[in-house]
Amino acid sequence: MRDDFPKPPVRAELKKRVLETPDGQKIEIDPLQDYYCQSAPTVMPAAYSKIVEGLFNWARAESLWILGFGTGCGAIEMRPLMTPRFDAYRFGIQWRPTPRQSNLFVISGYLSVKTLKRVIRSYEQMQNPKYVVGLGSCTINGGMYFDSYNTITRLDQYLPVDVYIAGCMPRPEALLAGFEELKRIIRAGKAEGANKYAENFEWYKANQKRVIHDWDMPDYNW
Amino acid sequence: MRDLYDRLKRSFPLGELTEQKPDLAFVTVPREQLRPLLQHLRDQEGFTHLVLLTAVDWLEDATFQLTYLMNNRLACRDLGVRVMLPRDGASMDSIHDLWPTAATYQRELREMFGIDFPGSPRVDEDFILEGWIRTPPYRRDFDTLKFSDEVFAPRPGRESSDPAQFMKKQLYPDGT
Repeated sequence: MRDDFPKPPVRAELKKRVLETPDGQKIEIDPLQDYYCQSAPTVMPAAYSKIVEGLFNWARAESLWILGFGTGCGAIEMRPLMTPRFDAYRFGIQWRPTPRQSNLFVISGYLSVKTLKRVIRSYEQMQNPKYVVGLGSCTINGGMYFDSYNTITRLDQYLPVDVYIAGCMPRPEALLAGFEELKRIIRAGKAEGANKYAENFEWYKANQKRVIHDWDMPDYNW
Repeated sequence: MRDLYDRLKRSFPLGELTEQKPDLAFVTVPREQLRPLLQHLRDQEGFTHLVLLTAVDWLEDATFQLTYLMNNRLACRDLGVRVMLPRDGASMDSIHDLWPTAATYQRELREMFGIDFPGSPRVDEDFILEGWIRTPPYRRDFDTLKFSDEVFAPRPGRESSDPAQFMKKQLYPDGT
C-alpha cells in the first residue's frame, strides 16, 4: 500500500510562532510542545495487598461513570437507559459531562475517522483506571459500514476494549447485561485496559496515525 | 413545465426536457449558458431558491453531471438544470454570488468528487473529511471496499453477502 501521499498542512494555530505579550516582550511559543504534557502514559501498579486491591476493584465496579460522548447512532440507546424506564442509575452507573470525571467510555456505534480523533483525545484525558465498552456491531467488525471509506472497522486496533456488546442496535437490556459483565471483569481484576494502553502505547499510536492523517495534536493528550 | 421550456428555448440552447412529475423537470444546458440561464430563472421566472447542487459520476462516459435543482415557491415547481463536464480536470464556474449557499455545495463537490470551482469561498479547505489524501471518495473509480480492507485492518472471519443474492436464495431456494 502506498504511504507516500502528501501530508496535509499543519493548522496555523499549531505552528511555532513569536508572540508579543501585553507588556511588550517577545516570546516564542510552540503550541504542541508548550501546551501539553509530553510524557507517555505509565502503567499503574496494583495496590500493595490483594485484599486492598479487591476492595478497590469492588468500589470501581460499583461506580461506573460514563463519559457522555455519543459517537454514533448508538448514543440514542443511552437516553432510555438514563431515564426511569431502564434506570441505569440503580446499578451505580451515571453519565458525566467531562472526561476528567468519568471512567467508562461507551463507544456508541460506528466511529468515523474524524470522530476517532476526538475519541482518542477524550480517552487519554480520562483518569485511570478507565474502561471502554464497544457498543454495536460497528465497533466489532464494521457492521453495515464494513466497506465505508471513513469509518473504522475494528475498535480494538485503536483503543483497548474491555467488553463488546453485539447488536445493531443492542437494546438497553443488552447494555445493562454488558455493564454487569464489565462489573464482573473489574471485580475479577481483569479490566486492565488503561495499563494495556500504556504498555502497548507505540502500537496503538502507530495504528491511530495510520488512519488519522492530519494529526494536529500531541501524542498523548493528558 | 412545457410552457416554461418553450419560453426558455427561445433565448437559450437547451437540450431535451425530461418531465419526471407535473411539477418536476430536468433540462440540460451547455456549460457557458448555465450562468445566464440561472440568472434568468432567478430574476424573471421566479425560481428564487437553489434547492441543491449535486454531481453524478458517469464513469463510462468520462463525464461529470452537475445538477442545479431550483424551486419556484409561488408556482410550486422544481426545475433541475444539468451541466455535463469532462471528467479529466473537472472544473466549473462558481455561482456563489447568485446564491451564497452554493459555496457550501461547491466545497462539498470539491472534496467528494474533486470538481474545482475557482473563486468560490473556502473551496480548498476541508469540508467533512479531515486530511483526506487519496482519490476523492465519491468518484466511482474509488473502490471503498478495497480501501477499507487495506487501511482499517478488517477482523478475520467476517462474511459479507450481497443482499440481492442472499434474498434470492432465501425466496427462491430452487433457483427459479
